[in-house]
Amino acid sequence: MASLFGIDEKKLLRKRRAAETRFRLCAIAALVLAGAFLVFFLFDITMKGYPAFQQAELLVSVNYTTEAHDNPYAAMDPDTVQIVSRSFTRLIPSMMAENSRLIGTTKEMWVLASADTDQYLKGNANRLKPRHQALVDTMRQEGKARLAFNWGFFEAGDSKLPELAGIRAAAIGSLYVLLITLAISFPVGVMCAVYLEEFAPDNRLTQIIEVNINNLAAIPSILYGLLGLAIFINFMGVPRSSALVGGLTLSLMTLPAIIISTRAAIRSIPPSIREAALALGATPLQVVWHHVLPLSLPGVLTGTIIGLARAMGETAPLLIVGMMAYIPEAPENFNSAATVLPAQIFTWASDSQRAFSERTAAGIMVLLVLLLGMNATAIWLRNKYERKW
Amino acid sequence: MTMGSALQMALMAILPLSVLAYMAARRRAGADNARGTEFHSPLVYYGWYSCLWVALPSMGLFVLAGLLHLLRIATVPGPVLAGGAVALAAFGLVWSQRAIGRDFRAIHSVEGAVRWALIGASCISILITIGIVVSVVFEAMQFFRLVNLWDFLTGTKWSPETAFLISTGRADGNVATPEFGSLPLFAGTFYITAVAMLVAVPMGLFAAVYMAEYASQRVRRIAKPALEILAGIPTVVYGFFAAITVSPLIVHLAESMGLEAEYTNALAPGLVMGVMIIPLVSSLSDDVINAVPQAMREGSYALGATTSETIRKVVLPAALPGVVSAVLLAVSRAVGETMIVVMAAGLMPNLTWNPLKSMTTVTVSIVDSLTGDQAFDSPQTLSAFGLGLVLLVLTLVLNVVSLVVIRKFREQYE
Repeated sequence: MASLFGIDEKKLLRKRRAAETRFRLCAIAALVLAGAFLVFFLFDITMKGYPAFQQAELLVSVNYTTEAHDNPYAAMDPDTVQIVSRSFTRLIPSMMAENSRLIGTTKEMWVLASADTDQYLKGNANRLKPRHQALVDTMRQEGKARLAFNWGFFEAGDSKLPELAGIRAAAIGSLYVLLITLAISFPVGVMCAVYLEEFAPDNRLTQIIEVNINNLAAIPSILYGLLGLAIFINFMGVPRSSALVGGLTLSLMTLPAIIISTRAAIRSIPPSIREAALALGATPLQVVWHHVLPLSLPGVLTGTIIGLARAMGETAPLLIVGMMAYIPEAPENFNSAATVLPAQIFTWASDSQRAFSERTAAGIMVLLVLLLGMNATAIWLRNKYERKW
Repeated sequence: MTMGSALQMALMAILPLSVLAYMAARRRAGADNARGTEFHSPLVYYGWYSCLWVALPSMGLFVLAGLLHLLRIATVPGPVLAGGAVALAAFGLVWSQRAIGRDFRAIHSVEGAVRWALIGASCISILITIGIVVSVVFEAMQFFRLVNLWDFLTGTKWSPETAFLISTGRADGNVATPEFGSLPLFAGTFYITAVAMLVAVPMGLFAAVYMAEYASQRVRRIAKPALEILAGIPTVVYGFFAAITVSPLIVHLAESMGLEAEYTNALAPGLVMGVMIIPLVSSLSDDVINAVPQAMREGSYALGATTSETIRKVVLPAALPGVVSAVLLAVSRAVGETMIVVMAAGLMPNLTWNPLKSMTTVTVSIVDSLTGDQAFDSPQTLSAFGLGLVLLVLTLVLNVVSLVVIRKFREQYE
């Protein structure tokens, strides 16, 4: 075909189709790259973290001699002492004090290995001397060294000894903080959303509140930490590092998210429901309490759970209000010093020991499982109970 | 007796009293009702009315006393407070019983009270904003009394470490004077933000285009939650990943190309932050792309344009305000992001264009000066609030501009 206007249409068409393919490939590549990052990330964390769910134990013979009562390091032969966790050795005198029948006996028992022994058995870099490495090797051949499931990780609090450090204190701290966050942000958020959607006249105040909430949702979380420090700690005298101040700070941060999702849930309920109730003589509050809230509950709960999951993973404001200190014990009440899972992860991550880095990744795995579980629950709730009108 | 324990003791009396009030009023109305009196409101509302009379004034007393104490005007002794509150509750119980009668419209009173409670809850959001602004501005003002605002904004040297020693009087003669030039911090912040945007904007936009224009329902059902997972990963986890995995990778890569990279370089936190922000960009852009009327696409197809030409020449220009607003929100998120940079970007204020060098950001120095050793009136601690103020203003401006832009867009097409 002769070319119109002196353009080769076939060539032009080929060019345009090639551009189309290129564009499409770019778009797919973006998604694939994001997915690949996610897979690589999860794989990397899992590879780093799963060894921490196993912990080295050694079968050693302990001599409960009277000498060991004064110097626990004499209870085992000098080389064994070096590969056993100090946490066990330190406890020998008190064990003997508690149970006097132990004195003078020798017992073979499985005890916690030191972090370096643990790393050596897992084939990682460690600071074990060659002599001790050889000892661990022989013990392994004799079946006297094993990797057992690391229950201690879930039962212990933080510790300076990596082999002893666990996430229990942080998990309980997280629970305390979340309870306070939920107790404050859920009722206040729902009330605010109900007012804005069902009652608020369209005036200046309402507009200010609306713009405000949108702004609050986008304020960096660290500024909520500054608020917590200046207002809650310095002005109101709430104890620093306590679950109370952490919970208060996070509840302010979570509030806008809950308000926004609750408003969306309330808005999706058709006006005919309200009008029917009003026509039957219900007061505005009865309409809300008997119809609007029950019907929007799935949406409200979904939003709340997602908001709480975000609060649970938040670290920056909590660092500012002092929840990153070394806190080995689980908090006793809302006023005692506490730490939370992400803050614990941060503290471990800044420790250079290899065994801690393994535990950091393991802590991350636990945190991610919890958060994914919460988000999955939220999505399940939404899919199961949400009605399309 | 502290205020907290006074509150606990008073609550132990007030809670049973309010239950008692509810039951008494409800029973009284019920008894009259049984004798044939027709009440205006459903009977439970008389109970609630009485209950509110017990609980609200006594709790109000505590709020008032708390405010007086916090503003350092007066401190009411705990026993007096607890006693007063219980007395007020008992008075409310007796007083409210008087009002219960045939013509009393309890439902209106209760609804009025609840409505005020709802208004109060809504105003909390304003209180939070005021709280943030006040807490940041007051401390920042103290800081700017010590440090010249102009020096702060234009100085190129940030070394606040010695301020702590000087303010506690532990400095001997040869301690260097602290310097608060925040330019390197902002340079670092914007550099890392720019790296993050280079990742997040193209990838987020392409992902949104694919999901809105190309993807089948099935792909979308898998890809959307996957992106949401990226958004749900805590920042401390991203920080660990950037510091432990991405940073060494970059160092090795740089070495193999004959470059020298520091372990706390600006590239690692920037890249990881970019990935973190992809879902934000993609979900916001997805929304605006879907809001572009179908008729515009069909018009373009009718003229013979291919899908990609339609997207590039019709859909994206139409959605541009929305995309711009999404990018602004993403920038505001990146500027305020803390944990990733704290863990991976290092502490060295450094004015450089080299992404392989260590840099620090505004958020890092806020965290750095507020954790560990601190005296609250030391300029180093206060500097955190000065930086916080600038950060607050910056993010507020970005958010407001983004809101205005997206509103214009919505007015145009919806």
